[in-house]
Amino acid sequence: MYNFTFHRPTTVRQAAGLLARNPEAKLLAGGHSLIPVMKQRLAQPSALIDLSLVEGLTGVEQKGRSIVIGAMTRHADAAISPVLQQALPGLAAVPAAVGDPQVRNRGTIGGSVANNDPNADYPAAVLGLGATIITNKRRIAADDFFTGMFSTALEDGEIIVKISFPIAKKAAYEKFKHPASGFALVGVFVSKRGADIRVAVTGAGSNGVFRVKSFEEALKKRFAAKSLEGMTIPATGMNSDIHASAEYRAHLVGVLARRALAKATA
Amino acid sequence: MSATGIGAAVRRKEDFRFVTGSGQYTDDVVRPGETRAVFVRSPHAHAKIKSIDVGAARKMPGVVDVLTGAQLATDKIGNLICGWMIHSKDGSPMKMAPHPALAAAKVNCVGDAVAVVIAETYEQGRDAAEKVKVDYDVLTAVVDPAKAQAPGAPQIHADIANNTIYQWHLGDAKATAAAFAAAAHVTKLDIVNNRLVPNAMEPRAALAEYDVGTDNLTLWNTSQNPHVARLVIAAFVGMAPEHKLRVIAPDVGGGFGSKIFIYPEEVVCLWAARKVRRPVKWTCDRSEAFLTDCHGRDHVTHAELALDAQGKILALRAKTIANLGAYMSTFSSSVPTYLYATLLSGQYDIPSIYCEVDAVYTNTAPVDAYRGAGRPEATFVVERLVEVAARQMKIEPADLRKRNFIKTFPHQTPVIMAYDAGDYHASLKKALEIADVKGFAKRKRDAVRHGKLRGLGFSTYIEACGIAPSQAVGSLGAGVGLWESAEVRVNPTGSVEVLTGCHAHGQGHETTFAQLVSERLGIPFENISIVHGDTDKVQFGMGTYGSRSAAVGMSAIVKALDKVEAKAKKVAAHLLEAAEGDIEFKDGKFTVAGTDKQAAWGDVALNAYIAHKFTGQELEPGLKETSFYDPTNFTFPAGCHICEVEVDIDTGKTDIVNWTAVDDFGTIINPMIVEGQVHGGIAQGIGQALLEGAVYDKSGQLVTGSMMDYTMPRAHDLPSFHVGMTETKSPSNPLGVKGCGEAGAIAAPAAVINAITDAIGTEDLAMPATANAVWSALKRATPRQAA
Ligand SMILES: Cc1cc2nc3c(=O)[nH]c(=O)nc-3n(C[C@H](O)[C@H](O)[C@H](O)COP(=O)(O)OP(=O)(O)OC[C@H]3O[C@@H](n4cnc5c(N)ncnc54)[C@H](O)[C@@H]3O)c2cc1C
Repeated sequence: MYNFTFHRPTTVRQAAGLLARNPEAKLLAGGHSLIPVMKQRLAQPSALIDLSLVEGLTGVEQKGRSIVIGAMTRHADAAISPVLQQALPGLAAVPAAVGDPQVRNRGTIGGSVANNDPNADYPAAVLGLGATIITNKRRIAADDFFTGMFSTALEDGEIIVKISFPIAKKAAYEKFKHPASGFALVGVFVSKRGADIRVAVTGAGSNGVFRVKSFEEALKKRFAAKSLEGMTIPATGMNSDIHASAEYRAHLVGVLARRALAKATA
Repeated sequence: MSATGIGAAVRRKEDFRFVTGSGQYTDDVVRPGETRAVFVRSPHAHAKIKSIDVGAARKMPGVVDVLTGAQLATDKIGNLICGWMIHSKDGSPMKMAPHPALAAAKVNCVGDAVAVVIAETYEQGRDAAEKVKVDYDVLTAVVDPAKAQAPGAPQIHADIANNTIYQWHLGDAKATAAAFAAAAHVTKLDIVNNRLVPNAMEPRAALAEYDVGTDNLTLWNTSQNPHVARLVIAAFVGMAPEHKLRVIAPDVGGGFGSKIFIYPEEVVCLWAARKVRRPVKWTCDRSEAFLTDCHGRDHVTHAELALDAQGKILALRAKTIANLGAYMSTFSSSVPTYLYATLLSGQYDIPSIYCEVDAVYTNTAPVDAYRGAGRPEATFVVERLVEVAARQMKIEPADLRKRNFIKTFPHQTPVIMAYDAGDYHASLKKALEIADVKGFAKRKRDAVRHGKLRGLGFSTYIEACGIAPSQAVGSLGAGVGLWESAEVRVNPTGSVEVLTGCHAHGQGHETTFAQLVSERLGIPFENISIVHGDTDKVQFGMGTYGSRSAAVGMSAIVKALDKVEAKAKKVAAHLLEAAEGDIEFKDGKFTVAGTDKQAAWGDVALNAYIAHKFTGQELEPGLKETSFYDPTNFTFPAGCHICEVEVDIDTGKTDIVNWTAVDDFGTIINPMIVEGQVHGGIAQGIGQALLEGAVYDKSGQLVTGSMMDYTMPRAHDLPSFHVGMTETKSPSNPLGVKGCGEAGAIAAPAAVINAITDAIGTEDLAMPATANAVWSALKRATPRQAA
């Protein structure tokens, strides 16, 4: 690890100010994505701006027909939130499926979404529910937020404050774990909220999280696993590596989508 | 049986310090003025070094020195060696390429060290290491052992044609060919035994200190055999004379073979410590470990089994290419030869066997012994062949095995080994019961109903452990003897220290060895300490690997205890004023036969030292005895493992739903520890079969260079194991023990693959059988089912 200065602001405003003054600085949330790359000397931020003392960034709340999760909410806390389990259990299953207990006790939703790891779980839920990312500057719709692997619509100096998820009547997540890392080799989130039907896939695409329009179309007739019987997606554009071929990942998208639907409609 | 004697499930003494974080590992040792070594490593798999510029690095803050391979050569530090000579078929000796601790002219694998920075702190060392400028001329690499010998393949070492280290063989080629010609059935398999990265929990480390006043060097390191390390570093590397070098292997957090070997880093730390006149410490990080620890396995084999129409095995033939990586590590040559081909008879009476092994260099990390070392590879060949033959001949796999089991002992196989004891029917029978094989057909039918394919796989394995006797291994090319030493020191107060040449790095010797002493001397377990791992304390020893510590190391303790008892009886005779021949020793008490006179162990120990009851002419004072024990044969643990799997048709994911292990380890010293060893071994075997596999890309970059890509088995990948035992005593050592450290890793891979191939109905499946691999195999076999 290279040397860096360490800041602990207590308000979002202070954090934003520090970011503005230190263009080479990085926000630090749970550190479970950032610290490993720093230890490998692949990232060299001049300063870390730790968000852990910033007020008002944690917690899960129901606001009208939405669930709002603070950016610094740890995966472990989100997973067991009674509010979430009551209103949107399909979403609670997402942080519960992340990594191992150590990772869940440190990692945060804000860090996960900002990082947009192509194998991370939360992006599937954010896109699969049509959530809104609320930053210190604006509100960004999920469909506009994820712009490719490890890349998002966040601008320099922008801080995720919270994420608002519309409560869908039916929603579920199905994950096939990467055998080594525990991330999603493929993860599929499905939801239905009125006429809004979404199927979002993480892990599989070489460009990060994406929606499967053909599945969504097929589900308009009936939101059920049967509607996707025999359906797959093309292997082009899928990731291919030593753990899974593009063909296998494409196949898993179909299998997991059907399993998620079975869960969502159970 | 006493509560702490042989056969008792005594809790491990050492665990308190391990689980409370108070162990003392090499990295925990801190010496005054200590510096840190950071290695500059090659990013290329194969390249000429055009130049190395250390100028900028030297100017970095905190840098004490920057050293290169050229200086190592100037200081006449010798190369690392492989200590087991193998001769090719044509009689020529194996071709050992020079292995300098720092490469000066050429690098042959990614991670090859080319320079070392000695700095005040680790971070300063890392910063400076980035400033070392190495100019490489990159060459084409070869990583696939099956391609290393091809004409036109990149030549790795000068004067070693076709990257071929040796072309060795064992057995009778002619008789085997004749048996194949006459066979009613021949089963053929192409097998890849996947390359594994050991991944002990504690990474390797070395700390070297030079004492200017005495000219003594001390090395603390993560070694399974500190005396062998000292011998090699003194006699071959030429670092210092043996009596001027002390090697201490303190607590070591796992080895699995990877810490047997003598590595470049410990040599460099010793050399650097003397140069900079300050202690030098190096602790490997996990990424470095993936690149530079010796890997395991990596065989490509074509194997054939010949049978008559009744399923009687007539002959076995195998041709193997073994990848030894960029350099020959310390014992690498022996693993795919005498630790492999000699086990190809399995538990079966096979009249003829012929095995050819070509060992090759590639631009990959060196490959050497890893838990099981050669025997897992042999078992995989034999047990896959037998299972597939049974399926092809439509004979129950258990039946085919029974028809061919060796039933009388001793049994001379056609591949050197003389099995001395065993009962293969007994372990199979017990395993069939525990695994409820009778109920399998129903379980299989039930599984299909929820989209799962069930399969059953057997592995009736055998291994040769407690590798010895020295004369025998010497005749096979070993550069050392494989006896073991023990010294039993009885203190005046009656407590006992046992110095052993074995080394514990997770096995629990402090407990099991103490159990033996407690049983023999009848003294409390707490009054016994086991001392190991320091060349200044233990005079010599061969260390721990190959499941040898009980069979050889404890046998040495038995012999030393015999001598202690004999001497103590003499002391007791003087104390009790009786004839020596009348003294009896039992349960910690000396009695005079036919009288009520007695002396406690402690009284006798004290009298041995105060020496008031006898003159120096009658008896030497003191109570301390030494023994060097060399067994009469290897030991042959064997058993039957049965694996039951469920394969998810949709995803290809395999779940192990049932595991039965019935092993014959001879006498059991501590059943809890044995069970733990079995569990750990099976976990590693399942890891190899389902999850693990080191992958290099074509250019020689390690793709599986971290835990994010290399899949270690975890608790949730494993079932609860049903462990059972059968027992035939080993006649080759006084305790009748056979060794249990490697059995699981040897037995498991074949059981898993036999089970999955049974489930999916095709033999076309390589390890690791990942979900993707199984799904693809299913698809190739039954295209519609997996669509
Ligand atoms: C062993 C291991 C296994 C894992 N397994 C999984 C898994 O199965 N599934 C999964 O989804 N993830 C997994 N993760 C990732 C884990 O969930 C991370 O914690 C998460 O991706 C990042 O969150 P963090 O809070 O740790 O962020 P950090 O590492 O602190 O930050 C990540 C990035 O986001 C930026 N950032 C952080 N907070 C904000 C904010 N509020 N606004 C703007 N930018 C911000 C940081 O500057 C940094 O660039 C795993 C991680 C590890 C180490």
